[in-house]
Amino acid sequence: MSTIQDYPSRLSDPASRKMETFSYLPEMTKDQIRAQVQWIVDNGWNPAIEHTEPENAMDYYWYMWKLPMFGETDVDAILAEIEECRTANPKHHIRLLGYDNFTQSQGANMVVHRGKMV
Amino acid sequence: MNMQATKRKYDAGVKDYRSTYWEPEYSVKETDILAVFKVIPQDGVPREEAAAAVAAESSTGTWTTVWTDLLTDLDHYKGRAYRIEDVPGQDDAFYAFIAYPADLFEEGSVVNVFTSIVGNVFGFKAVRSLRLEDVRFPIWFVKTCFGPPHGIQVERDKMDKYGRPLLGCTIKPKLGLSAKNYGRAVYEVLRGGLDFSKDDENVNSQPFMRWRDRFLFCQEAIEKAQAETGERKGHYLNVTSGTVEEMFKRAEFAKELGSPIIMSDYLTMGWAAHNSLSKWCRDNGMLLHVHRAMHAVMDRNPNHGINFRVLAKLLRLLGGDHLHSGTVVGKLEGDRNATLGWINLMRDKFIPEDRSMGVFFDQDWGAMPGVFPVASGGIHVWHMPALVSIFGNDSVLQFGGGTLGHPWGNAAGAAANRVALEACVQARNEGRELEKEGKEILTAAAKHSPELKAAMETWKEIKFEFDTVDKLDVQHR
Repeated sequence: MSTIQDYPSRLSDPASRKMETFSYLPEMTKDQIRAQVQWIVDNGWNPAIEHTEPENAMDYYWYMWKLPMFGETDVDAILAEIEECRTANPKHHIRLLGYDNFTQSQGANMVVHRGKMV
Repeated sequence: MNMQATKRKYDAGVKDYRSTYWEPEYSVKETDILAVFKVIPQDGVPREEAAAAVAAESSTGTWTTVWTDLLTDLDHYKGRAYRIEDVPGQDDAFYAFIAYPADLFEEGSVVNVFTSIVGNVFGFKAVRSLRLEDVRFPIWFVKTCFGPPHGIQVERDKMDKYGRPLLGCTIKPKLGLSAKNYGRAVYEVLRGGLDFSKDDENVNSQPFMRWRDRFLFCQEAIEKAQAETGERKGHYLNVTSGTVEEMFKRAEFAKELGSPIIMSDYLTMGWAAHNSLSKWCRDNGMLLHVHRAMHAVMDRNPNHGINFRVLAKLLRLLGGDHLHSGTVVGKLEGDRNATLGWINLMRDKFIPEDRSMGVFFDQDWGAMPGVFPVASGGIHVWHMPALVSIFGNDSVLQFGGGTLGHPWGNAAGAAANRVALEACVQARNEGRELEKEGKEILTAAAKHSPELKAAMETWKEIKFEFDTVDKLDVQHR
């Protein structure tokens, strides 16, 4: 049995902040993000992009990037929007959503670009 | 004036039930409440007679004719046995299908429905044993019931959690901790990455930990963990108590503190008390977690009692945002298909009849919100791939020992579970087969998480392989 390790989470350390689904995993690679976009498309959900200043990450409402991409099934087009949002807001957290209009919920919601935590 | 040709005369004495209550040609009405019982009759009692007796005793009938029967229109009010089927693999038993007319019941009262259909009849001598297997609630009844205070979709919005199952943990030891030490355990699991922690079913207000102290310490634990992680958290504060007045006092205090969720033991507390609490929860924006302590008294015996799918349906009618549903893979009872059947009944809008899942009737819930099934008991990180595969996103997975038993403590245990969960969800979304590739998925995730690695070493690939007692009725029993 390995020796006991401390759990290194601190109020004083912004790196301790998480952002829900997949935030306990390493940041996704391009291929991994592509697979998640494909999952949203395959489920028939409407992709959408949101972003925020890291200090406001806990708010329910982040800024919408344009409008949800209703009916968009082209994975490359969705990835290109993520890139465009990132170029315009380089310091922001960016998340990818899949709106499920049948459940009136979000089938997917994950941060695909992590700004510097504050 | 239309004089009815069927005017009856009073004829005192005991008649066969089947002459009045067995109607194989009856065509079921959309407004009827339908029930199916598994019946084992006493020796020598024909099936039709036993089925008719059950219909009679659970509706209008009594053992003998009474003159006052003739003051009403019994054909309008009586329950009818309308179908009999063999039980696969069990020769002494049969299924009796019974239709109850709408006007037998008070609108919106689950208590009233069950006092009728599982009331006196269960002690009735003509049957050796009796089990209520399923009930079809017509839409008029669903619409007059209250339903979950919030439901799955609203809870996701309030807690801001999407695209994955929620994670919880019951604090252990279930009894005996002081309030402050208990709050410590809560804080540690929440800061480690769980969404919820939970009072156990019998944590009320004992001498070692009074409720008010527990609520206060748990609230600080929630608030600090939220600030630290940047995520929304909750602890199911159990408000079950000996009186309804006390229950509401505790619920009000939880609200005053800003707790997002409270909990109830809906069977031991009583359905009327639970229904009142559920309404209070909607009025006060409080999520409601529901524990099913005592259910096995009613649902475990395959020949007598009430199947859990019925207890799950009635909880959805009474109202609750979470309900314990069994795990399939853990230490507690649970046949996989049967469990899938009742978790569908908790979550979906329309559930078609499907005997392979133990669902005997189509069930339309109209707009009534769904309830999160909660998988809790004897599960740990190695079960995660199967749990995500079986339960899907709309579930709460609760690891008690599987969090608190981590060699480095609760926070590390929580982080291990959270990493395992997210790795499984990510892999599933990528199109991988969790139940086949679970080991590789977890092993890869553990490379980035020393907490997960330690958890995987602690529990190895334990399985609980006792056979379940309550299985679906199939030939190969």
